[in-house]
Amino acid sequence: MVIRGEIRKGAYHDSVTLMIVSGKLNELEGVEEASVVMATGENRSILEAAGLWTGELDDASETDLVISLRAASEEVARKALEQVGELLGQVSKKQSVHGGPVARSLEQAVEKLRGARLALISVAGRHAAAEARRALDAGLHVMLFSDNVSLEDERGLKELALSKGLFMMGPDCGTAIINGVPLAFANRVARGPVGVVAASGTGLQEVCCLLDRHGTGISQAIGTGGRDIKEAVGGIMFMEGIRALARDEDTTCIVLISKPPDLPVLKKVSQCVRDAGKPVVALFIGGDPGLLSDAGAWAASDLEEAALLAHTIVRGEAMEGAGELMLERQKKVRSLARQIRQKGGWTSATPRDQDKAAQDVHGRSRKFLRALYSGGTLCHEAQWILRKMSVRAFSNTPLEGNARLEDPRKSKEHSLVDMGDDLFTSGRPHPMMDFRLRNERMLQEAADPETAILLFDLVLGYGAHPSPLDELLPLIGRLQREVPEVLLICPVTGTEGDPQDRNKVVRGLEQAGVVVMPSNASAALLAGQLIMTPTS
Amino acid sequence: MDLFKQPLKVINVGLLSFHEELVAQGVDSLHVRWKPPAEVAQAARETMRRYREKIDEANARALEIILAGKPVLTGLSVAREVIPGMHDKRILHSGPPITWERMCGPTRGAVMGALVYEGLADTPEEAGQLAASGQVDFAPCHQHASVGPMAGIISASMPVFVVENESSGHKAYCTLNEGLGKVLRYGAYDTAVIQRLRWMEKTLYPVLRESVQNLGKLDLAGLIAQALHMGDEVHNRNRAATSLLYRALAPHIVEVAPSRQEAREVLDFINGNDHFFLNLSMPAAKCCLDAARDIPGSSLVVAMARNGTDFGLQLSGTGNAWFSCPAPVPDALFFPGFSKEDANPDIGDSAITETVGLGGFAIAAAPAIVQFVGGKAGDALQYTLDMYEISAGEHKVYQIPQLDFRGSPVGIDVRKVVEKNITPFIDTGVAHKKPGVGQVGAGVLSAPMEVFQKAFEGLAEHLPGD
Repeated sequence: MVIRGEIRKGAYHDSVTLMIVSGKLNELEGVEEASVVMATGENRSILEAAGLWTGELDDASETDLVISLRAASEEVARKALEQVGELLGQVSKKQSVHGGPVARSLEQAVEKLRGARLALISVAGRHAAAEARRALDAGLHVMLFSDNVSLEDERGLKELALSKGLFMMGPDCGTAIINGVPLAFANRVARGPVGVVAASGTGLQEVCCLLDRHGTGISQAIGTGGRDIKEAVGGIMFMEGIRALARDEDTTCIVLISKPPDLPVLKKVSQCVRDAGKPVVALFIGGDPGLLSDAGAWAASDLEEAALLAHTIVRGEAMEGAGELMLERQKKVRSLARQIRQKGGWTSATPRDQDKAAQDVHGRSRKFLRALYSGGTLCHEAQWILRKMSVRAFSNTPLEGNARLEDPRKSKEHSLVDMGDDLFTSGRPHPMMDFRLRNERMLQEAADPETAILLFDLVLGYGAHPSPLDELLPLIGRLQREVPEVLLICPVTGTEGDPQDRNKVVRGLEQAGVVVMPSNASAALLAGQLIMTPTS
Repeated sequence: MDLFKQPLKVINVGLLSFHEELVAQGVDSLHVRWKPPAEVAQAARETMRRYREKIDEANARALEIILAGKPVLTGLSVAREVIPGMHDKRILHSGPPITWERMCGPTRGAVMGALVYEGLADTPEEAGQLAASGQVDFAPCHQHASVGPMAGIISASMPVFVVENESSGHKAYCTLNEGLGKVLRYGAYDTAVIQRLRWMEKTLYPVLRESVQNLGKLDLAGLIAQALHMGDEVHNRNRAATSLLYRALAPHIVEVAPSRQEAREVLDFINGNDHFFLNLSMPAAKCCLDAARDIPGSSLVVAMARNGTDFGLQLSGTGNAWFSCPAPVPDALFFPGFSKEDANPDIGDSAITETVGLGGFAIAAAPAIVQFVGGKAGDALQYTLDMYEISAGEHKVYQIPQLDFRGSPVGIDVRKVVEKNITPFIDTGVAHKKPGVGQVGAGVLSAPMEVFQKAFEGLAEHLPGD
């Protein structure tokens, strides 16, 4: 076994490119572990922790690329290192001057792309604010995907944008749909009359997808970044979004999604809602649904209800209709829970397995819900729904009143884990793109004799994993074989227009024995029903 | 909000996959090949930010001076007579200051050749001993209003061109180009090399001196501007400029030469060396940039030069300070029988052409030499476009036809180099690392970032404290 490192002075590639190349190196015969990263302080500590930082890398500066690998032999290591250049070449060939126009800087891009209106910025956090400022200075609206931007910078950027009449979506804005174009992590939805402003990424995606499934389209979906509604930022972009949609003649109904805003921000938002002159649906995940009722907003208690209310409003139908649909959902979930229990087991398993499963269930050894989320808002929503059912759960991102997991890597009783949390994503791709870490965690949970239900979300769309079934089906097959008594529930956020095609994905999951739910809210409700009700 | 009313066109900075997905959807998206800024000390970064406006003003002044430059060839003379501070024991060399001990092979070879040429030593061996004895006074050309290609050796008896910046009065000096192959500037010093130097002194120099006298003076800016329209960038390609010079001088050469034979020899010598004009494009650049020196606070580069060991940089705002780091070995096309193994690290004052917006900065104008940059005209275009990213402005006289006669990028701003992590792109010749062998190839290189990081921090220290 040898460990080898190499520095490429001044070479730069984006993190996704490097993850792809690292992944390819890891697949090489005889390579135990390989990593190709920029030598930032953070990446250095990751490599050190993994025992992959060798003396050969000590001279690397933050702007150098480093390759490090553990391999079966010197020969394998040498061949792998030789391949890096070629692999990087393959990936970055598309970036070269031959492969169509590219620019070396934002200013050059503005010159080359006449009529450019928006900069989508996803550089590393410490460079993000400077880049966003340059974009605003160049008169571009900005969607800032990067996180790790200070609150002061966020406020400064948003004030600058406001003074120039520009949008400043983000930092940490993962999704938006502008003029029908899904940006970063977003779904292909029909265009229509509903406008969305969200300080919550997967919340925005879920509502847009549910509306699309009901046949109602989206005019604009504006992400603000999760901290916009904090007093330190002042709700600048949240309010600007509401005002823009209020002015937009293609928007007839506005949906707001966020955690409960800080009080001074709530007051200002409330005034914006009053001034909007259009029906507004508001959802505050984890807060009092009626926070904006005084301002005339329709209160939703979860993402699915928010979509149903907006759908009903733009159809011009009686609002009681939405209430009825919600009751219907409740009934459907109850009857599904009954069916699952009546089957005597959690899965559509074979009779032999059923006996075994029944035993476990009757024995009450398997009694806990373990939910592994890639969508942070979805994880919060599920906690919120379960709380309303009096289920207290542990989480690494606990809702007020829930307990924090001591070790996010280890579940306890009922646990809902946001796998998109920094702890899990530092140095690796987001779990919506890369399932490896969550798949491992699912095996870990299934091996716990107390696990009764494994709930995992699947978010489709641009930016997400292009072929999720390839990753999930082998794992699900293994779970069904080894622990058929564990019930698998999966809410799938996406549309049939998405590159992955939601219908195809849902069929695949159902055939594999997964209970696929139409929304995250109904998935949480189902899980809640099952764990609350005695199973004997 | 106007964003909603027009088709969405996106500039993507960061993850390439976002750009690809937009393109797959048919959205007009342009990807920025972004790099993180180069690392510099935080304190320096803050100082430079605090003085941003002051530096901007200083740079505007410096740029104005550079653009106002009017380089003209006014005559020829001998180094000892015109170069300030020149004397018989002094040898000028290219790049930043360096001792004999640290000199690279080609520079040592050229020094030995020059000492033999001057009659200070009888053999190269003796010359080497003399050079090591401490009795020879080495100094950079740049500190004596001069520039020299490759080893850049100037000794007291060598004939030089005298170029003057008519708007500022600054003068710059450069030897006459010896041709390609085994020549002094590439470190060759054998008898043939010395004999050529003597012929240049005895025949070429007097004929050219009188020819230029006859001509009066020659507008070099105008000649270079024309050459850019004819496929030169006047660093690695000087064919058009040399031809234009030949046309200007030929009638006078015929008139003043003592014999037909000598006229013929002089004309053949110029005609046989496509790089003859390089030794004029360099002092033309030098006298314009020298005029922009010593402007307090200016972050513009006034000299980039290499001595084959170190790469050196001088800024307008930091006086005579040299910032330096090891010189890299260029990427090159090598003559048959040679490879990168044989190559000496980068050498010569000729990067003064890039500093004034020519050479690598104007490579888009020279499609004939794009084999040095990947073989495609589009590549050359992109290199020039990239240089606008680190430049303070555009030249008014030097234009690039391929960019609709846009002025070439000029005035390298060390702040932009650091911030955008793009270093100047330099055309160059490659010398063999051993003395006496000569040229082995030609190519290009990107200037090393380290020297710009040092200069950035150096300028921050030069700025007044609070």
